[in-house]
Amino acid sequence: MIKLPIEQSKIDEARDIARQIVNDMLWLFKDYSSSTIERTVARFFGIDGVNSLDVPLPNVVIDKIKEQNLLEDGFVFHFCNAAIHFELGAQELAEKIANEDIDFKHIPIADKEQIYKKAMQFAQWGINKINEQKKKREDLQSKYPNNNNPFIYVIVATGNIYEDVPQAKAAMQQGADIVAVIRSTAQSLLDYVPYGPTTEGFGGTYATQENFKIMRAGLDEIIPEQGRYLYLTNYASGLCMPEIAAMAAFERLDVLLNDALYGILFRDINPKRTLLDQYFSRMINAYAGILINTGEDNYLTTSDAIEKAHTVTASQLINEQFALITGLDKRLMGLGHAYEINPEIKNSFLYELSHALLARTIFPEAPLKYMPPTKHMDGNIFRTFMVNSMFNFAGKLSGQSIQLLGMLTEAIHTPFLQDRFLAIENAKYTMNAIEDLANQIEIKKDSFIVKRANQVLDETIELLKTVEKDGLFNALANGVFADIKRPEDKGKGLDGVFKKSENYLNPVLDYLKVKLNLQ
Amino acid sequence: MKEITAYGDKFNDGKIQFSFTLPIKCGPKAKEGASLLLQKMGFEEVQIVHMQDLHQDFTFFVAYAVTQTTINPDKIQVIEHGAPHWDRVEIDNIIETKWKKPIVVVGACIETDAHTVGIDAILNMKGYHGDYGLERYKFFEVYNMGAQVPSEEVAKKIREVNADVVLISQIVTQNNLHLKNLTKLVEVLEAEELRDKVLLICGGPRLSHKDALELGYDAGFGPGTVPSEVASFIVDRLILKGEK
Repeated sequence: MIKLPIEQSKIDEARDIARQIVNDMLWLFKDYSSSTIERTVARFFGIDGVNSLDVPLPNVVIDKIKEQNLLEDGFVFHFCNAAIHFELGAQELAEKIANEDIDFKHIPIADKEQIYKKAMQFAQWGINKINEQKKKREDLQSKYPNNNNPFIYVIVATGNIYEDVPQAKAAMQQGADIVAVIRSTAQSLLDYVPYGPTTEGFGGTYATQENFKIMRAGLDEIIPEQGRYLYLTNYASGLCMPEIAAMAAFERLDVLLNDALYGILFRDINPKRTLLDQYFSRMINAYAGILINTGEDNYLTTSDAIEKAHTVTASQLINEQFALITGLDKRLMGLGHAYEINPEIKNSFLYELSHALLARTIFPEAPLKYMPPTKHMDGNIFRTFMVNSMFNFAGKLSGQSIQLLGMLTEAIHTPFLQDRFLAIENAKYTMNAIEDLANQIEIKKDSFIVKRANQVLDETIELLKTVEKDGLFNALANGVFADIKRPEDKGKGLDGVFKKSENYLNPVLDYLKVKLNLQ
Repeated sequence: MKEITAYGDKFNDGKIQFSFTLPIKCGPKAKEGASLLLQKMGFEEVQIVHMQDLHQDFTFFVAYAVTQTTINPDKIQVIEHGAPHWDRVEIDNIIETKWKKPIVVVGACIETDAHTVGIDAILNMKGYHGDYGLERYKFFEVYNMGAQVPSEEVAKKIREVNADVVLISQIVTQNNLHLKNLTKLVEVLEAEELRDKVLLICGGPRLSHKDALELGYDAGFGPGTVPSEVASFIVDRLILKGEK
């Protein structure tokens, strides 16, 4: 591996400031919760299905509690109290709540310990399901280890899960290691998770638990023949981060897009809501062994990739700290960055290599996710193909862990089957040709690559200092990241954020904290 | 001028390069099928130069073939917006001297599309390809609403800021979703009686000026458009021609 000669003390300084920024936010996780966090607990209880209007039952139940102005007590307190009173199981009670008008305030309150015991008993359903899937993954991975480095990551996006499956299998048989089923474009802004198998989406396929299951089964079918474990990805972002994380854990997805700041910046989701949701979702990921991918690449599609390179590094460090407080192992932190410098700039490759090596040097254990050129790509598919080769070269040389392949038809349409094949062939050729190159060369100490990396790190430290001084919420409101301003009291999903009352209970959160050795 | 056709390496040799996939198992039958498909399209001298198994009963082909179809360059008609191309200083001058107040522009990437790269390239200060965005101009007052904006919100914004110009971007599309989105916006603006009050412009990699006119827009800009081109069109149409 190529090492950049950068002073460790500077890296430590940057990391310390990021830690302080995140420590200043702990009050939020202690005192607040959100509607999707509550719905996640309902899903751990095994509550599933939809009502006559196709509203998922977890939404129906939490909405009914909210209508009676009881959301501050959380879902568990009133639900489990009612379960004791009516002597019903979780799903039966959820259906009763959907079909009848239950006045929670008039149900006698049972002993709080008894309520908690009931809740823990219900939550065991989800915990068992995750345990089974973890065991299954471990077994498959030990029988069929996947040692490819980097992992080749491609996307399918037909909108129809039954058409996605053969496309995904074909991509794996062509040599990919990770497949993501990109979501229907508007899904991140839905405050519920759609239900059942779906065959129509816009620019992608809806993330539903049934779709997860169908794709997982498809990939599992070809693991023995391929002789290596195949990874499945979806997106725990938007307004339902922890619910998607839970459903992904139940159906053995392996990778989830899961960024602490992405929803705030790029989907205008309320900052409090996003931070709360990512916190709980990451605990689920940490427990289930799901690798997360962060979305720093998006900064560079909005802002200039040279001028704003340091915002990527700063965000990676903040994402790392937000992940650490949820017990997520460093080996599950797929921090993101991208190859997005204008190809017309002289020595653009040196900048790219410098930035990629900087990420590798700062996060030696992280399975870094490297994103392909998109911003400067156009309808010249032959030029895009050429730039993608250089991107693959940079990824292999700088020791990235997950290479999300560029498509030659970027900026034209969602990939054709053949585009995906050509991208895999490009990556396989480029990487095979330089398999051992990184062990043969070193970067000169006084080279542009080293100087540039130092400059980015210096700018990162300056930026982090500003964020620490102003506080993360103020920094977001001032447009520090991606030139986008997001005030703390604006954005979507704020109405689902609430301060926890004294009655509030969340046995799933408590259980995960114990298992993940968190305070 | 005489009829012309595709140029490989000799005048009017009619050679065309293809790449495509068929949902068929890789093998001699697949190769013959690919050749047949091109012949049925009217191509001659079909050569399948590469065949690749994509698994799951898909096969990829690279092919060459010859066409006899020709076109007459003198009879080609192009629909263009016809506005001159001024630079930023000239445009600001025209607005300052003739319009005497800033032109109010609302921009959005609408409905299902989550990609702001197009609208940002035209509106953001930094611009595109060394050409500053409309925010950098003294006499444009810009409201960039970002991505996934519902058509109804665009209408609301037009009223709120009393917009003169509306820029709509559509980048990523599937099953011609961009056409549905663009049509929906026109319908919403018509229903709200706003369509005739604004200069309505769309842009995106799959759009041309001709497409835009057919969809009920005043202009359309395709890939590679720089902000000053759009600004020139706005000034030409709004101020010099006095049309909205």
